Amino acid sequence: MTINTGDTAWILISSALVLLMTPGLALFYGGMARRKNLLSTIMMSFAIMGLIGIIWALWGYSLSFGADKGGFIGGLNFLGFLNVGMEPSGIYATTVPHLAFMAFQGMFAIITVALITGAVVERIKFSALLLFSTLWLTVVYAPVCHWVWGDGGWLGGLGALDFAGGTVVHINAGVSALALVMLLGKRKGFPGDTMEANNIPMVALGAGLLWFGWFGFNAGSSLASDGLAASAFVATNLSAAAAGFTWMIISWFHNRPSLLGTVTGAVAGLVAITPAAGFVSPLAAIPIGIVVSIVCYYSIVLIKNKLGFDDSLDVFAVHGMGGIWGALATGIFASSAVAGTPGLIEGNGAQVGIQVVGILVVAAFAFVVTLIIGKLVDVTIGLRVGQSEEIVGLDLAQHGERAYGGLLR
Amino acid sequence: MKKIEAIIREERLDAVKQALEENSYFGMTVSQVSGRGKQKGIPLQWRAGEYRVDLLPKLKIELVLLDEDVPVAVSAIVRNARTGETGDGKIFILPVDGVVRVRTGDRDENAI
Repeated sequence: MTINTGDTAWILISSALVLLMTPGLALFYGGMARRKNLLSTIMMSFAIMGLIGIIWALWGYSLSFGADKGGFIGGLNFLGFLNVGMEPSGIYATTVPHLAFMAFQGMFAIITVALITGAVVERIKFSALLLFSTLWLTVVYAPVCHWVWGDGGWLGGLGALDFAGGTVVHINAGVSALALVMLLGKRKGFPGDTMEANNIPMVALGAGLLWFGWFGFNAGSSLASDGLAASAFVATNLSAAAAGFTWMIISWFHNRPSLLGTVTGAVAGLVAITPAAGFVSPLAAIPIGIVVSIVCYYSIVLIKNKLGFDDSLDVFAVHGMGGIWGALATGIFASSAVAGTPGLIEGNGAQVGIQVVGILVVAAFAFVVTLIIGKLVDVTIGLRVGQSEEIVGLDLAQHGERAYGGLLR
Repeated sequence: MKKIEAIIREERLDAVKQALEENSYFGMTVSQVSGRGKQKGIPLQWRAGEYRVDLLPKLKIELVLLDEDVPVAVSAIVRNARTGETGDGKIFILPVDGVVRVRTGDRDENAI
């Protein structure tokens, strides 16, 4: 195992790019919250960067990528960087330092937990979120990550394709978000009260940072500075472009071309191409992106407007449903010319079946275990802030700060 | 002495201000306000679907005048703030008990 300098440079840069997605997400979510909850929404992402950053180093990485235990979870041989050093691991990303691979994967863990917060903003108790995040990373993220990407993981062994985390990150976070919404309930005044985004330019800036960072997420998942990375890079951009534009058209059809809609579509496009980026030809990203915006748009209409679930910032509709479409699309569009695995279009219908197994198992596992640990948090320290705190807003009630201070402009 | 409180469309401010100036009424206070009247709000978009905002942004102009100047000022505001559509706003005319100029301590008519 020798270190390849080009690969190492690319993985370190990609790790930084993926890290930047979480502050990007903080702005993306923060701008959509009401003014009184802007800081608390941003705070959730930054607190998770701290908390999960530490947990990942102490035990998260080991449980995800340590020596396989029955295909279900990693062992303790990487606990606290044990055996994780400057030399390549010999199993994962064998041309870059093991520490670089560990860091890259850690950024995925951070943003996955942060994604969930969008569903529960404006009412979850901050301490409860931290306890939940600790438990969730340990008993949901680590096993699912091991199944799909860990050496010996059973879903990866089955042949489920997930290039950069459609299942591990997006379906996992999206379904867990929905489960947490069911435990936590609606925000006071939902539906009915006007709940306006406080700063849509901030949402757009966040979406821009997500789009930028996603090149590290997807092209970095090639784990090498190679042609596959370039292919995934182009596919990533095309899917975001197609999906953002499609959402714009849908909003135009219903009303007028909406900026909030367009940037939401771009993020949905990035979600959908995540599992597929290194398995499909770049051009396939266009239909993948077009379809995901249609899927996610009408998922919001169904879940929020018709069924009345207060998935506040549409985490299940965008990441859950977008991730499910992405996983299916990977099975449909996979091209043997890209990574050696054919999909439905090349006559390998079985791949779609394998993808469906991955979707169903991960969704069911994430849903049930999230309900259990969410309930556990609820009966111990309580999931939700008090009613008066919710009315005042979480910025003041939970953090003693406000976004826009000063009487004078 | 009377106080005029005029709620007008944001985009009519410059015209109203100019008309008042032409009639030599310089002093005014302008603030951004939200309110509703017969216009009943406008629909805005969320990511999917619409919501209604019924408190719309308007501007409030406040000026204090001698009684005899009120008709001229009011007609200048009405002429320049009016578009004919709902949402043009309202003008309130209130009695004023006293005025003090902070710099000099002048009172009432001398302070306007």
